[in-house]
Amino acid sequence: MSVIQIQNLTKYYGKTLALDSVDLEVEQGEVFGFIGPNGAGKTTTLRILLGLLRKNAGKVSVLGGDPWRDAVALHRRLAYVPGDVNLWPSLSGGEVIDLLARLRGGFDQSRRDELVKRFALDPTRQCRTYSKGNRQKVALIAALASDVELFILDEPTSGLDPLMEATFRECVAEIKRAGKTVLLSSHILAEVEALCDRISIIKEGKIVETGTLTELRHLTRTSVSVKTRRQITGLSTFQGVHNLTVDGASTRFSVDADAINPVMQYLTKFDVMALTSTLPTLEDLFLRHYELQTGESAQ
Amino acid sequence: MTVGEFSGTGALIRLILRRDRLLLPIWIALPPLFAILVVAAFVSLYPTAASQQMLAAQIVNSPGFVALLGPVSSPTIGGLSAWRSGLFAAVIVAGANALTVIRHTRADEETGRYELLGSGAVGRRAPLSASLVVTLGADLVIAALVTAGLVAFGLPVVGSLALGLSFAAIGWTFAALAGVAAQLAESSGVARGIVGAIFVLFYLLRAVGDANEQSGQSWLSWMSPIGWMRLVQPFANERWGVFALFLGAFIVLILVAYALASRRDIGAGILSPRLGPARASQWLRGPLALAWRLHRRTLLAWAALFAVYGIMIGYLATTSAYLLAANPQLANLFAHFGGASAYTDALFTLSLTFLGWVAAAYAITATLRLQSEEVEGRADHVLTTAVSRLRWAASDLALVVIGSAVLLAAFGLPAGLAYGLSTGNVGYELPRVLVATLAYLPAVWVVAGIAMALYGLVPRVSFVSWGALGAFVLVELIGETLQVSQSVLNISPFNHVPKVLVSGVSLMPLVSLTLLALVLVIAGLVGFQRRSIG
Repeated sequence: MSVIQIQNLTKYYGKTLALDSVDLEVEQGEVFGFIGPNGAGKTTTLRILLGLLRKNAGKVSVLGGDPWRDAVALHRRLAYVPGDVNLWPSLSGGEVIDLLARLRGGFDQSRRDELVKRFALDPTRQCRTYSKGNRQKVALIAALASDVELFILDEPTSGLDPLMEATFRECVAEIKRAGKTVLLSSHILAEVEALCDRISIIKEGKIVETGTLTELRHLTRTSVSVKTRRQITGLSTFQGVHNLTVDGASTRFSVDADAINPVMQYLTKFDVMALTSTLPTLEDLFLRHYELQTGESAQ
Repeated sequence: MTVGEFSGTGALIRLILRRDRLLLPIWIALPPLFAILVVAAFVSLYPTAASQQMLAAQIVNSPGFVALLGPVSSPTIGGLSAWRSGLFAAVIVAGANALTVIRHTRADEETGRYELLGSGAVGRRAPLSASLVVTLGADLVIAALVTAGLVAFGLPVVGSLALGLSFAAIGWTFAALAGVAAQLAESSGVARGIVGAIFVLFYLLRAVGDANEQSGQSWLSWMSPIGWMRLVQPFANERWGVFALFLGAFIVLILVAYALASRRDIGAGILSPRLGPARASQWLRGPLALAWRLHRRTLLAWAALFAVYGIMIGYLATTSAYLLAANPQLANLFAHFGGASAYTDALFTLSLTFLGWVAAAYAITATLRLQSEEVEGRADHVLTTAVSRLRWAASDLALVVIGSAVLLAAFGLPAGLAYGLSTGNVGYELPRVLVATLAYLPAVWVVAGIAMALYGLVPRVSFVSWGALGAFVLVELIGETLQVSQSVLNISPFNHVPKVLVSGVSLMPLVSLTLLALVLVIAGLVGFQRRSIG
């Protein structure tokens, strides 16, 4: 069952096109990663899902409802952590956590206390004295303490230290085990790689890739560096082999996923002594699109 | 103190001038404009020396007016104009100076903007120095404009210069005071509160001192920089020595501010912030409770001010034995406020008009809090929970509606009570004064309605609501003294408020104003529910 369904979503800010026919589908119980560079349209998409922004065209459904029309009913069933957390300066962190969780419709007191402890937050301090990371913790705890079906998290760890980021990952894993759904926008790729079942990459308001990490890897090249007893010949004629450099016994190239098998079989003919292959990281995937983008703008 | 601590001041001055390029000219222009308007009014109303002397004598003999605006130092156009424009100038110049200094020192630190600058080649004393240089410069321009404007009307050069410089001097004093407050408090709101409280204290010292000058309490006025403005005695025997007091206070204050600035960390204050509760109390569970929690301190502070003002006016109205209504000259001045009626009624009505504006200013700030919540992203937290937009906005508006009533009642009750106690007829005076005060509510609501309509429909120009209030005040001020056609006066909702003390209650205008406010608010709410947030 789809928790979030977006079809052909288009949004303009004035004359600027912010989202260009975005399609996205998040299934129940999955952790879905939404990645892209700053200004690509991640936050705009999330704010439309929350009924904060009006869309110009397309179909959007969240938990089976229309986020604009059924905002209040849907908000009872979801929790949102904005990317840039600003809190009421005169309220204490503890007050904000309780208030937000109550506004969402009740929360588990012991879970709340446990989260405060795990995230090492001092809830008695006034929000004006919190750092960016601490403000983020307040919003995260308020969201995680709520008993909801869907979590929409907009770059929730950008101000957290590595220790707290690990705590956050644990919490997301717990949510997933409980069968709840998470939509996580991020540009911390290691985090997305560790947490997410499926991923969409958005670039300039367009979704450029969607799939599991394995599926996405399939779309990129693996870098291979190989040492053979006999000098390799004829590799350049293979479909799917790129950036080939042959230097005596050492050969380096990158290879498309669907060409890996024939290339490997061919290599054995030259008596392989050592071989290292590097799987593309999410970063490679991301950079591939990003470089394309900067390449285009350079022209 | 090393030179390095001031490095970057020049660059910061340019930054301030760039950021305030719209605000600065406005607050520089207001005091000279007002002074010139006042002079024009007195010239047309009291053309003869005899009429000027009569008016001055009557003012000096009425403790109420002396307490509100001080005594008249010279029975001439210059002396009367200095008397009439002093308080207004003090409010505008002191307020603008203090707000500008806090905006470019503490507020920048609080929001973290200063970190960007502080990591560059900017000394720790540079932000304070830059904001002081800008405000002091602006004050000098004000002084020059006031002097030039009054001289153009043919007033004595020396007196005009003394008045202009007294405007500038109160500005310097409050710029330096704000500099100290910005070091003490960790939040800009608290810093503004400290300066506001000190202003009120100085005003009250001056009011009590001036009103009781005959009984030898004028030393109270000498304790207050606002009192010094009058003690300069523009257009009488100018006491230039008073400026030494201003200068001394200014130097002491900036030395204190610089000393404090060197002692503390960036972002920290001298007064440490209190800790809050670890859990929210049971009642903090809805948008209305949140709005109350966010509004209450401001509202109670304003209410306390209104109450103090009410006690003062109620007390003064009765200690005065003079019924000026018998005098046709002064009746002219009061005509706009209360008609040619009893002096006390006119005094009340004059205060009420002023209070109505202040309450409207409160209503705008409180309404546009919705916008600052939205712009600063805090509205998102609430609006992505099970709180509808309507409920969120209505919670704030409920506090605006009730809050403005509380403010006016905070004035009306003590004023009516004090007045009634002294006339021995509380049962008659208290309801009368209270109703007269509350009659301003619908007009205040109209102003709040304008703010809400703009915020809901075209949030980008919501600041126009301040422009609207400014226009209403201007219309009233001009109407106070000059002949203006009724259709122009009718623009201001305050002009439709029945002068209850003078002519009794008339319901029609109150009902129409309330309906107008309602329409504006509904328009704003409808617009707000249909547009994007943020």
